[in-house]
Amino acid sequence: MNLARADGAAIALRGNKRGVPACISCHGAHGEGMPANGYPRLAGLNAGYLETQLEAFANGQRVNAMMAPVAQTLNADERAAVAKYYAALNNPPDPKKMLAPTDSAGARLATQGRWSQNLPACTQCHGAMGVGVGASFPALAGQSSLYIENQLRAWQQATRAPGPLGLMKVIASKLSAADIQELAAYFSALPANNSTRKGSP
Amino acid sequence: MNLRSSVILVTAILIAAATGIVVVAQDHTHEKSASSTQAQNNIPSSSVTAGFTSQTLFQPPAERNMPDDEFGKTIKHGQEIFENTKNIAPQYVGNASNLRCSSCHLDAGRLANSAPLWAAYVSYPSYRSKNKHVNTYAERLQGCFKYSMNGKAPPLGDPVLVALESYSYWLASGAPIDPKIPGRGYPPVSHPLAGDYRRGQQVYEQHCALCHGADGAGQTDARNQANFPALWGAKSFNWGAGMSSIKNAAGFIKANMPLGLGGSLSDQEAWDVATFMDSHERPQDPRFNGSIAQTRAQHHDSADELYGVVVNGHLLGQGIVAAKPDSGGEKQ
Repeated sequence: MNLARADGAAIALRGNKRGVPACISCHGAHGEGMPANGYPRLAGLNAGYLETQLEAFANGQRVNAMMAPVAQTLNADERAAVAKYYAALNNPPDPKKMLAPTDSAGARLATQGRWSQNLPACTQCHGAMGVGVGASFPALAGQSSLYIENQLRAWQQATRAPGPLGLMKVIASKLSAADIQELAAYFSALPANNSTRKGSP
Repeated sequence: MNLRSSVILVTAILIAAATGIVVVAQDHTHEKSASSTQAQNNIPSSSVTAGFTSQTLFQPPAERNMPDDEFGKTIKHGQEIFENTKNIAPQYVGNASNLRCSSCHLDAGRLANSAPLWAAYVSYPSYRSKNKHVNTYAERLQGCFKYSMNGKAPPLGDPVLVALESYSYWLASGAPIDPKIPGRGYPPVSHPLAGDYRRGQQVYEQHCALCHGADGAGQTDARNQANFPALWGAKSFNWGAGMSSIKNAAGFIKANMPLGLGGSLSDQEAWDVATFMDSHERPQDPRFNGSIAQTRAQHHDSADELYGVVVNGHLLGQGIVAAKPDSGGEKQ
């Protein structure tokens, strides 16, 4: 354990002295992201998940021109600290977010899957209402729809590593362009609310 | 990634691609029949299930065709109980249990080879060696609560049973009365070698622990609601459940696990990992008569059951004192 522990808040708000920019410049003052640009919400996401993603950007398992140099310039301690910082942030309430419709094509696919194609429901792994399960199944509720779309396409195009058990690559391969849009619209409309305590495995 | 998991992944993708072709055709059929009658939706169509077996399978009616009347309300209620058992019928589910009906009957009881409700419904009344008399469908449902949910059997006529039976009946619309209907139960799995705990443990760690946890207790979601079911320990099914038979568990696992990658494990891997799962302690069989040896002789006298067997120095069948609801990580 490094005695001089990295300060996650300082990195998020000001970056580090080796050229990492402040996270807030793209991910928002409260970690809410910039949905229209596809910059994801970070607030309230699982710390282990965020740390793993920073490692994946650093080692190229996730191909991203913006995040690769950032992740590479953070050391392991800093990556862990900034992941913890964002995991502990509460999502700011968004009064405009109503419950997503339950009868849309996206809602059906998200909550029932399409088992004729051996495609499970998203919520079977990502939790009811997409609230996330542990370090491997991130919250989808309230995430930028463009970001969700980009990730599903990244799995289809192999610019994001298949992840645990290769599940997401297989799943993305069964989704049409319309499916992806519908799913992203459904989850982005759900309230990102992590006011209750985090689940433990 | 090692070579072996690469092979599995590639196989899964190939299966996915092949399945996709079939499904495109199916979806077109569904589109055409979207406004047509329920009966047309019930025409059996060729289908690939779990990516490894091809047969003609019954298709239950689409959810949108659920009747829009008083009966339909009860059918819908049955579906809700099925998917959210603990919240809607808590009085019949064990305090610690984090299972729901759809944990073992995927796709809300629709999926062939995942013990679909439509196949079960057309298979009763039936004589069961488990309790040595002719069981009605309602009594069969009672067994799920008593053993798999580690809870209490709802009394005959209870609204919970009526709703579940109504949902099953509706899913079976158009199916023949036939206990041999293709897709019933879990398909049999061969095992050239006897089940092996160590091999099973390796399979578990590689393919199962991601969701069910290294301790087999399952996982809750970020709002602390049950998500992945417990496979052993206080939150799991008890020793009287069908899943405590290696044969049943291996059949389910082979056809359906990991979620979305059904058919990716070999038969032997499925058998070994089922052996590993059922080598752990779980809540006592409600038929326990005070003696593990006698309870085994009476109810578990099979090479596929480990109740009353010593594994790793532990005599299985001692049961677990139920923990508080949703408490985490208990060990036997």
